[in-house]
Amino acid sequence: MVVLSLTAVGLGLSGCGKRPSQGRTLRIVGSTSVFPFAELLAEAYRDVRPDIVVDVQAGGSTVGVVSAKDGICDIGTSSRELRPEEKEGLTRIEIARDGIAVIVHPGNTIDELTSDQVRDIYAGKITHWRQVGGADADIAMVTREEGSGTRGAFEEIVMGKTRISPRALVQDSNGSIREAVATSPNAIGYVSVALVNAKVKALAVDGEAPTEEHLESGAYKVMRPFLFLVKGAPEGETQKFIDFVLSADGQKVLKAEGLLSPSKQ
Amino acid sequence: MNLTRDRVVSPILFAIASFSITALFVIGVFIFVEGLPVMLRVGVWKFIGSSEWLPLEGKFGILAMIVGSITVAVGTLVVAVPLGVGCAVYLSEFASKRAVAIIKPSIELLFAIPSVVYGFIGVLFIVPFMREHFGGDGHGFNIVTASFVLGIMVLPVIVGISVDALQAVPKVYRDGSLALGATQWQTTTMVTLKAARSGILAGVILGMANAIGETMAVIMVVGNAVVMPNSPLDSVRTLTGNIALEMGYATGDHRQALFATGVVLLVMIMMLNTLTRYVTRKRVARQ
Repeated sequence: MVVLSLTAVGLGLSGCGKRPSQGRTLRIVGSTSVFPFAELLAEAYRDVRPDIVVDVQAGGSTVGVVSAKDGICDIGTSSRELRPEEKEGLTRIEIARDGIAVIVHPGNTIDELTSDQVRDIYAGKITHWRQVGGADADIAMVTREEGSGTRGAFEEIVMGKTRISPRALVQDSNGSIREAVATSPNAIGYVSVALVNAKVKALAVDGEAPTEEHLESGAYKVMRPFLFLVKGAPEGETQKFIDFVLSADGQKVLKAEGLLSPSKQ
Repeated sequence: MNLTRDRVVSPILFAIASFSITALFVIGVFIFVEGLPVMLRVGVWKFIGSSEWLPLEGKFGILAMIVGSITVAVGTLVVAVPLGVGCAVYLSEFASKRAVAIIKPSIELLFAIPSVVYGFIGVLFIVPFMREHFGGDGHGFNIVTASFVLGIMVLPVIVGISVDALQAVPKVYRDGSLALGATQWQTTTMVTLKAARSGILAGVILGMANAIGETMAVIMVVGNAVVMPNSPLDSVRTLTGNIALEMGYATGDHRQALFATGVVLLVMIMMLNTLTRYVTRKRVARQ
């Protein structure tokens, strides 16, 4: 089964043909975290420009960067900051920001951790909740898989040069991390702030809870940009779509879904 | 008239059969072409002999996942073989026709349940149960949990093939044994099971291959940590799980390394299938 689907993906990727950027189709490829928001933007754009088809595909942030660079798509998307070696030749447009919440089971007595403590937990240095003032239980850390934009952003902001321990349990989406944490009393995980619900508890990090106010002011530090990436400088229809996304109408769509406006540059 | 029809039908069927084989061939070639270069660059022994998997830093070692796949498959057999063979013996040797009419289709129905449903039930019930009663490093997401879920999943394979094997044993064997004064249980253990053993073994090996190939349900309950397991209560990652988890995001060498994981998987499954064929062929030869 896996073998078959692997082949399908391989063929799908290589079949991702080139299309002129001036045509009636705008191709957006990249981050799975940005994907649902890009779909909503595409839908909203249909009301403004019914003659343009915006085709959105998810493949991951790294795929977004590579596709933009290779000119396979008009816009690549990323849910993490670019690495220095990725920046070359790309125009980076921040369309929104998204907080990453550190979540635990609602029954956990801990309400707050420092970013150093979160890092040490994921590094495997702190393994017991008592070491951070909590219950007498081992910590079950849950992380995303290698290559995920959410993981990339979490590593960059919280972990720094420290590696996430290989002992961490791995789940392959924001939703399944939330599910794993919601059902395990001793688990800790991280998900997009927009996905926090009553089944999990979002912790304050360095004294700041991930509320909209703290996120907007920048007091809550664990935040990542949602990026549009264009090869060279954007022009024509690509530029018009980007203008729409950054306009009040476009931003309204993103805000309604719990994202924050891009940082002032 | 009939002869002409035969002449037309035969090549069409041949074309259909060739298509299936071509598909297999294309998949095989594709995976090897995509996966082998990175495997050779890293070094085959390093690739399958190291458990350091840091794909973004260019470190590709899948030993922990090979061990993960094998431990989960063995665990699955520990659950499924006693259940499956026991069930097959009951169905073939002891059950009334009415019981067979109810039990056999029910077990076959297990095969029709999508694997994501098995995984979901595992996450909802077995994972919390394991965590509360046994604990361990995997916090419920562990080898034992995966073995239980997979054990039930491969049951139809093992039961189906074992029943066929038992029923293929000629009735005269049983009659002879009973006529010599053996009880039905003695007949079953000493005559029928012995005669059917290679067929049952084939079912068991096929069940193991199924367990190694299963993906979705395993990802959901096994925790997917890339570590060498020290106990059955540890989380592991399987080869299939590694591909399914990371393929969505992988590019360049990382993506090729996932294809290389597929190469290793393919070789393992091929070895098991060959073993099954070897075992069954021996049975035919003996009869």
